[in-house]
Amino acid sequence: MTDTAIHEDPTVEPDPVLHPKGVVSHATSTGLSNEKLAMWVFLGSDCLLFGALISTYLLLRHRFVVGPGPKDVFDIPFTSVSSFVLLFSSLTMALAVGAIHRGDERRCRTFLITTSLLGMVFIAGQVYEFTTFVREGLGYTTNIFGSAFYTLTGFHGAHVSIGIVFLLSLFVMSVRGKLGVERAETVEIFGLYWHFVDIVWILIFTIVYLIP
Amino acid sequence: MAIVEQQAPQLELTTGGPATIRPLGGMTRPQATTGWRSWLTTVDHKRIGIMYGGSAMFFFAIGGFEALLIRLQLAAPEGKLYSADLYNQLFTMHGVTMIFLVVIPLGAAFMNYLMPLQVGARDVAFPRLNAFSFWCFLAGGLMLNTSWFLGGGADGGWFAYAPNTGVVFSPSHGMDFYAIGLQLTGIASLVGAINLVVTVLNMRAPGMTLMKMPVFTWMGFVTQLLLVFALPVISVALFLLTFARLFNANFFNVSQGADPLLWEHLFWIFGHPEVYILILPAFGIVSEIIPVFSRKPIFGYPFMVFSGIAIGFMGWGVWAHHMFASGMGPLSVAAFAMSTMFIAVPTGVKILNWLATMWGGKLWFTTPMLFAIGLVTMFTIGGLSGVTHAVAPSDTQQTDTYYIVAHFHYVIFGGALFGFIGGLYFWWPKVFGFMLSEKLGKWHFWTLLIGFNLTFGPMHILGLQGMPRRMHTYVAGYGFEFWNMVATIGAFVIFVSMSIFAANLLLSWRSHRRHPVEVGPDPWDSRSLEWMVPSPVPAHNFDEVPTVSHLDEFWHRKYGEDATGKVVRIATGAEVAQKGDAKDVHLPSPSYWPLVVAAGLPLIGYGLIFNLAFAAVGAVIVVLAAFAWGYEPADDPEAHHGHAGHDDGHAGGGDGHDDDGEGGGDGHDEEPVSVGAGTGATGEEAASDD
Repeated sequence: MTDTAIHEDPTVEPDPVLHPKGVVSHATSTGLSNEKLAMWVFLGSDCLLFGALISTYLLLRHRFVVGPGPKDVFDIPFTSVSSFVLLFSSLTMALAVGAIHRGDERRCRTFLITTSLLGMVFIAGQVYEFTTFVREGLGYTTNIFGSAFYTLTGFHGAHVSIGIVFLLSLFVMSVRGKLGVERAETVEIFGLYWHFVDIVWILIFTIVYLIP
Repeated sequence: MAIVEQQAPQLELTTGGPATIRPLGGMTRPQATTGWRSWLTTVDHKRIGIMYGGSAMFFFAIGGFEALLIRLQLAAPEGKLYSADLYNQLFTMHGVTMIFLVVIPLGAAFMNYLMPLQVGARDVAFPRLNAFSFWCFLAGGLMLNTSWFLGGGADGGWFAYAPNTGVVFSPSHGMDFYAIGLQLTGIASLVGAINLVVTVLNMRAPGMTLMKMPVFTWMGFVTQLLLVFALPVISVALFLLTFARLFNANFFNVSQGADPLLWEHLFWIFGHPEVYILILPAFGIVSEIIPVFSRKPIFGYPFMVFSGIAIGFMGWGVWAHHMFASGMGPLSVAAFAMSTMFIAVPTGVKILNWLATMWGGKLWFTTPMLFAIGLVTMFTIGGLSGVTHAVAPSDTQQTDTYYIVAHFHYVIFGGALFGFIGGLYFWWPKVFGFMLSEKLGKWHFWTLLIGFNLTFGPMHILGLQGMPRRMHTYVAGYGFEFWNMVATIGAFVIFVSMSIFAANLLLSWRSHRRHPVEVGPDPWDSRSLEWMVPSPVPAHNFDEVPTVSHLDEFWHRKYGEDATGKVVRIATGAEVAQKGDAKDVHLPSPSYWPLVVAAGLPLIGYGLIFNLAFAAVGAVIVVLAAFAWGYEPADDPEAHHGHAGHDDGHAGGGDGHDDDGEGGGDGHDEEPVSVGAGTGATGEEAASDD
């Protein structure tokens, strides 16, 4: 790290491909843009957020005094489908990033809106799942399993929802012609967030639903 | 937020005049009527640092007042000034205020002001996020303190053990304010930490490798990394507490199978890194002060850096030593006892290095140096009593006695606060352009040292005698009377001492106004880059970003070796320092949105506690302002993507930093540019500069 300081020679015009105009393309000491580095640091921080939430869930899930417990409510085939939908959205997200790097704004737009629709399907599935659980008698305050379960999956759902808002914002920018190749890195940085949220879901799905 | 964080808006100084005219007198500026708005919208890391410091001193007055009230109650047996309930609120709010609203923001003040300067940057990586951090911290701190007027302050102790904090045992709204207020200050610190981590990693001047960074910047960097990873854990704990209190979640409901240790673990996984978050910036400050006033380079620079990093890592493996009395089992106790003894090693390395720096040096006992030595000695006492806590059988006896209170005041007050006060004296001329009185400063130091030891020294004895902490009164006949009276007298000596400090600030400023004395860029013959720019620091920091070839770059520009290898002065500080007269430096323009977003957040908090309608209003404000911020200004539809030639940012710099549109601040004597007016101009600038 100590020897990676790269400094732009101001007299040299930056390479238009490596440093397209409009991108925050200044030389930084690490070579990563500030925005991308900030996103990585934030995701590192968010790991601890989910780490603490998952630990809380693991500690509390079997300690409930009155039911229903995990075995009584989980519908693993249903959640597997919605998990697959969310994971599939990572693919469309990656395709959106690839498209914008090639300058294909139209395809990028398509993949962005597809990603957000898949995210919305996942959230809709979560809402359906939550209402079903409540109908089956598992409210937020019913027992300690309910409190821990809804808090953990709720925080993940909030992350996905914020991601959807960003996706729609990017889509609107793209429609208005403000999301060209010069902003490819913005899409890429958002992609980091989206993939992170998906990876967290793999953990949650495994730990909460699959491991008895 | 980061995803749409655009390049900060850019503006040329419209006057084109020298940016050095910058009377950084805080709220004392003569053009106050036009000035205050510019402080609300500033994105300049230096002004934000000053506001952090000012707010911290304001909260210090509140927390200090609470401490005096506590000592009044305990001065004599069977004190009856307040009820047990009010006493609970006093010690809780005293602790919360001092830790979260005084020491953390004082550290943030120094780190915000100094770290960009010490690495040779024009500003932090994200100036508007930096402004948001400050306003969010202030919003959280003020919200927390409004609880006094809305049903009573928090009363569960600063570490708020469950289930004492549930609505059953704490029915007032105090703990709600605690949970939500600290959540806001936590968001503020997290955002600020990401910002400064990126700044240090990415915005160093040419040649400024990591191992050429000043020790203060290194310690600040470790602190920010600790914040990045520790804060989410306390965020989760505070969310659980909020949901438990407001929505009846069962996390701490023992009758529903809850384990009260969950809170203790979550809190201390944050809480122990937190104590290093409090102390490491102060360690950094004395590591700057001691070499300057010993006329020697820091002894063992790599050891200083790596011991700081070691503390940063090991700080994660010792949290459960706060819980030896919780019954968590002999294996855990043994493991954490050993790791706790081990963490004393890197701290001891630091103490030895400071001593070795002073050893054989030409010591110059200025006020900052006295406070630095005060930290070394007082922190050593606190550190030694800390090692006694690592001995679990002994700690089991001391838990929840005044011995613990003595210990953590020796490390937080005698350590962190002594360091910060020394830093204030040291950098005051750099920040405000005038010196503080040395005479009053020495009075301040000696009275504080005496008052501090009178107050907290006796608490060791009281604790070992078995006096429990957090009891609102005690009965006569247990041998507690004498030392409690001594401690109360000591507390008032501290009050006198801090009054001397306040008088020093006021009188030094007044005498400077009457008879201005030019302090020059380098009043102490210092070593690091921030002394290479004029005092007070111009808005754009560096005329020309320096190319760094040494640790202590500034010193190496002033001193060289003669033919016999003897160190000789080759230039004065004023000759080497920059003039601060660069023109047309690109600076980010101020923004309203950080303030608006931060103003919406406590509304959400009040709404959750009292009426969800408020929360809806707050949420709408936050979301709309966040979008306005995100689309300001590069995505402004009015902005045309022309390519006007302007290489001003490149012309003087010779580096890649000043043209990234994220350095500097607005010219401080100008009206803040309104958002509407700013977007047109900045859109053009940003588009063409990109």
